[in-house]
Amino acid sequence: MNLHEYQAKQLLREFSIDTPRGIVVEDPSHAELAATGYLGGESWVVKAQIHAGGRGKAGGVRLVKSLVELREVAAGLLGSQLVTYQNAPEGQWVGRLLVEETLEIEREMYLSLLVDRESERVAVVASSAGGMDIEEVAQTQPDQILREYCDPILGLQEFQCRNIAFGLGLSGSHVGDLTRMLRALYKLFIESDLSLLEINPLVITHGGRMVALDCKMALDDNALARQQKFADMRDDTQTDSKEVAAQEAGLNYIALNGNIGCMVNGAGLAMATMDLIKLHGGAPANFLDVGGGATAETVAKAFKIILSDSQVKAVLVNIFGGIMRCDIIADGIVAAVKEVGVTVPVVVRLEGTNVELGMQKLASSGLDIITADDLTDAAKRAVAAVEGAKS
Amino acid sequence: MSILVNKNTKVICQGFTGKQGTFHSEQAVAYGTQMVGGVTPGKGGQVHLNLPVFNTVREAVRQTGADASVIYVPANYAADSIMEAADSGIALIVCITEGIPVLDMLNVKAALRANGARLIGPNCPGIITPDECKIGIMPGSIHRRGKIGIVSRSGTLTYEAVHQTTQLGLGQTTCVGIGGDPIKGLDFIDCLALFEADAETEAIILVGEIGGTREEEAADYIKHHITKPVAAYIAGQTAPKGKRMGHAGAIIAGGSGTAEAKMRALADAGVVVAASPAEMGVAVQQAMQR
Repeated sequence: MNLHEYQAKQLLREFSIDTPRGIVVEDPSHAELAATGYLGGESWVVKAQIHAGGRGKAGGVRLVKSLVELREVAAGLLGSQLVTYQNAPEGQWVGRLLVEETLEIEREMYLSLLVDRESERVAVVASSAGGMDIEEVAQTQPDQILREYCDPILGLQEFQCRNIAFGLGLSGSHVGDLTRMLRALYKLFIESDLSLLEINPLVITHGGRMVALDCKMALDDNALARQQKFADMRDDTQTDSKEVAAQEAGLNYIALNGNIGCMVNGAGLAMATMDLIKLHGGAPANFLDVGGGATAETVAKAFKIILSDSQVKAVLVNIFGGIMRCDIIADGIVAAVKEVGVTVPVVVRLEGTNVELGMQKLASSGLDIITADDLTDAAKRAVAAVEGAKS
Repeated sequence: MSILVNKNTKVICQGFTGKQGTFHSEQAVAYGTQMVGGVTPGKGGQVHLNLPVFNTVREAVRQTGADASVIYVPANYAADSIMEAADSGIALIVCITEGIPVLDMLNVKAALRANGARLIGPNCPGIITPDECKIGIMPGSIHRRGKIGIVSRSGTLTYEAVHQTTQLGLGQTTCVGIGGDPIKGLDFIDCLALFEADAETEAIILVGEIGGTREEEAADYIKHHITKPVAAYIAGQTAPKGKRMGHAGAIIAGGSGTAEAKMRALADAGVVVAASPAEMGVAVQQAMQR
């Protein structure tokens, strides 16, 4: 689960990390109030709160130098769909703005904590190249990137913080400042079950303050159950509505751009089914894993979500019945097709326990269900069904 | 021969009296797995499925001599269960549970490194040596004893590989589902080494997916240490960047972890890489004829 920048900064402040003073607004008139009543000064930064990077280049982060400009920019951004190079073509809805004070910046750095799969540790990554895309820095200037790996039992040690501080070329009181900040960030990361914490840029101001100018945080979805304090930070407006509905139904669904809806059991097989459709000249409309114990009820829910996508011109059901017998799955498919009133061609490939009985049930259901002999046949028939619908 | 489990493996189940533990233990017993008991804290002394229930793994090991454990404990308690099994001297721990917080797994891995126990999973279907021992949730009926070793990050794709090798009359020695999480126990390389050393295994199927670089590391290992024919399939060739595809570990991050890079690395190592998931069986057959 992703957090908004203003939520992440709230957490940083709880851990005594300096951030620019700012106010979240949902109404353009409040932006002006925030500026005059609370922030003061003569210029402000207006930042669209969406769950995607690349906001600056997309016009979602704006420096304004008058109240008139502030009002115009706020009114323009609030309620708009912001498209960045990182999100979907339709963009993401801007429901809130963060209005912040401006700072005089001396230098910018990069800092992040993440779970590193190779070392199986939490890694601290830092770079003097602040404000840039870190993946780009990693490719073009790999020697500009500092890394420290934290033993899960010992945690982040002070010497590791010093390695980073001196590696960044800091001196004087800034070494201690960064050490304290890193230790606090590590504590925050562990206590909150984060999977990513990125401060980019971390700045030093003319006055010598070390400030987190921007911050991105993501929580480990597997830990949400024990991180109840984050429950009300979820913002479903930032996610595809079909993906939200699927989540509520306990299904794994990801919207794609094709026209063949997929319903599969198991994440690996679901990905493989998408690949297979592509291999045979089609385009998958989605990734959908109905889980290991596919029942009539989950199959019906899955059909509804797939068909709520108007692009879908055919549905491919690919189930490897393991513990769940194929005849029971066939009953589920028949019931779901009847209940939902499916109007596009449905291709079904079943394999596993009691497959003959399952196929028989599909064939004798009287419904327009195309049965496939095997994986390849299923993909070919689904692609052909879409072609047939076009002509 | 086979790897890791056989007819002599004595298995206990943690989370034994729960719905999943009960159902899959029944299936395991029916398959012929030597189930010797189970653990549910607070239910020690009871009898479940005609087997003894213990409060702790330590007690279960002492009474039954178990050397393997399968875990069906809910996600928030599973890490503790893995460490309990390791501390009690269980040599092979199979964790089926999906959704364990990743920071818990970092701690588990640190504990296991110190202890030496082997972990399969979490978030996996388990391990099976056909006709001898089934530990996990896979359907026993699709397996046939034979000559192919299978190692896979995905459950249902393992079943596909099993089904195809059964249909072709090749059969399997042992199938290991290593699981879809980013931080997990045994990995491709561990299983490849075991299959290489197993006299009965004639060829290997590796089923990978997007995310991480373990397939690339496996390719490098195959190039230098594996003499047996290897075939592979990588799921997620059409997966979009930055999206987590069901499995916690299946995500293309910052251009790394793509199917293309993995397929290329494996092909460069002499592995027959199937473009389609329907061709895993054929691919291993091809690899064997080379």
